[in-house]
Amino acid sequence: MRSAPDDITETLASLAIFADLTRPELEKVAHSLEERYFAQDEKVLREGLSGSSFYIILEGEAALVARGKRLGTLGRGDFFGEISVLLGEPPVADVIAARPLRCLVVPGELLREFLQSHPRVCYRLLVAEARKLANVTRRST
Amino acid sequence: MKHAVISADEGAGGMFRRWPFFQRLLSWTKPYAPFEQGTREYERYDWNSLLPDEIECRALMCSVMDGTSYYPSRLEMERNLATFADRAGIAVRYGCRWTGTRHDGDRWTLETSDGEFRCQVPIFAVGVAEPWRPQIPGIEEALHYAETRPAETYAGHRVFIIGKENSGFELATGFLQWARQIVLASPSPAKLSINTRSLVGVRARYVQPYEDHVLAGGVIVLDASIERVERTGSTSLVRTRKADSAAELVFEVDDVIAATGFTSPILDLPKLGVATVGRNKLPAQTPFWESASVPGLYFGGTIHQASPGLRKHGIPSNSGGVNGHRYNGRILARQVARKHFGIDPERPVVPRAEVVSYLLHEFTNAPELWHQKSYLARVLIRDEKRGIVDDGIVPLQRFLDSGPADAVGATLEENPAGDIYPVLYTRRGGVSAEHDLPPHPLHDFRTRDHERAVVEALEGLLV
Repeated sequence: MRSAPDDITETLASLAIFADLTRPELEKVAHSLEERYFAQDEKVLREGLSGSSFYIILEGEAALVARGKRLGTLGRGDFFGEISVLLGEPPVADVIAARPLRCLVVPGELLREFLQSHPRVCYRLLVAEARKLANVTRRST
Repeated sequence: MKHAVISADEGAGGMFRRWPFFQRLLSWTKPYAPFEQGTREYERYDWNSLLPDEIECRALMCSVMDGTSYYPSRLEMERNLATFADRAGIAVRYGCRWTGTRHDGDRWTLETSDGEFRCQVPIFAVGVAEPWRPQIPGIEEALHYAETRPAETYAGHRVFIIGKENSGFELATGFLQWARQIVLASPSPAKLSINTRSLVGVRARYVQPYEDHVLAGGVIVLDASIERVERTGSTSLVRTRKADSAAELVFEVDDVIAATGFTSPILDLPKLGVATVGRNKLPAQTPFWESASVPGLYFGGTIHQASPGLRKHGIPSNSGGVNGHRYNGRILARQVARKHFGIDPERPVVPRAEVVSYLLHEFTNAPELWHQKSYLARVLIRDEKRGIVDDGIVPLQRFLDSGPADAVGATLEENPAGDIYPVLYTRRGGVSAEHDLPPHPLHDFRTRDHERAVVEALEGLLV
């Protein structure tokens, strides 16, 4: 966890969201997106702050926190920040590194272009969003 | 604070003793600007001078430039730094190479070519100038940017450059009149700084090869992964695969150059637990440039680019350049003094009646805010005993995540449309709020509208 991976392409290849990409496409993604490291307890996403990004977790664990209450935990392969970016609204919760965290970051302004140029990633993201919605619906009925 | 500076170099000047390859910088210094040389406001127009307290050491870059360009030559930049070190009387032990590190209790021991040095707080400002190559089979056959020969030796050659960032385009610019063919290739598309509106991307000075490419003049700019470099007698084969179609393209060329960037020579620090990040494995840092995984160990200079801050709207800091990290350095010195040596520099009181005009002046003229947008902020704190205290310029991220004191952080930001505008972050009773102020076509925020907006944001807090 301490050292950045030698080949981020290999890491990406093992994540569900990128499972349909060819090797050159994976390299393009790895080459064009920034990797970020967050120390334990560091805030990644801040409630109410504009101009945020879309994050894909490469390693580690993040906590979803709203009004001081922990709502859930995110781990390797999970992603967050997309709702805020897609709707153009500030996040409604904080995301905090529960353990040292490595993420790949797509700046909000580039997410639309990124998803349009990688339709298979977009489809995987859509499936994951549908799954989240189904879970919420199931819990509330 | 008692301190010592050691350097492996033979004199002041750092990486500018060798680079950039074609001998001229990408960071400007405008001799003629709206403010007088040596004033704080002038720093916005001078990206290359360091920041002394002594008047005679300010804006030194201007004094050593010959006027042929507002981009200093490599030699002028080297002279700027050497003159600063000399006039400011900075004591440096040159020719002393750091070779290893130990952490013994509350002390650090630096092993060097001149013996051991012990200290309470080490700050590693070792630059990002060690050639770095990605893991591509056969890439060892390619020269690195740092090993490039004089441009005329490429006359009539077919040159393949791996990498489409500034160093790749710098070489291509220098080869235009010499090389028979130039190919620049990497997996992702080239970014241009005028599009990213930041220092990320190829700077305007090096865009000529890109224009040659789009006008089909002979330069090829290719989005492809490099699969292998093979030496075949006097030529090389570079096997690539296009990023969009996965089609293979093979180039037979005379020279292959890896313009793949640089890393930081952090030696044994990863073994001590220093986490690294990104393709070129720079040390991950906190907002105060402390190792994110080893407390008490700090970094200085261009390595600060691995402490990215908030990157609001995707805009990066300028910490990879002198114009950015020179402000970080000042803050770092204060932070180390406060945290490790119990020295708390005096913080002045701002009269309540002057808060609004002070902030509007800072928005309009503060060089720290202009060079480090959405990264550094002017912070005012409400102190029950003293009144409104100026906490100085601090990392914005640190301000947002720090204690519950009622306060305001003032910064400049830029949105995707390219508007530059002031932002106030207020904190009342531990609750933070963001207040975006309108942009101004001349970036002069001392208007009635801005005054009203500041008063509205600070009502009941500081005014």
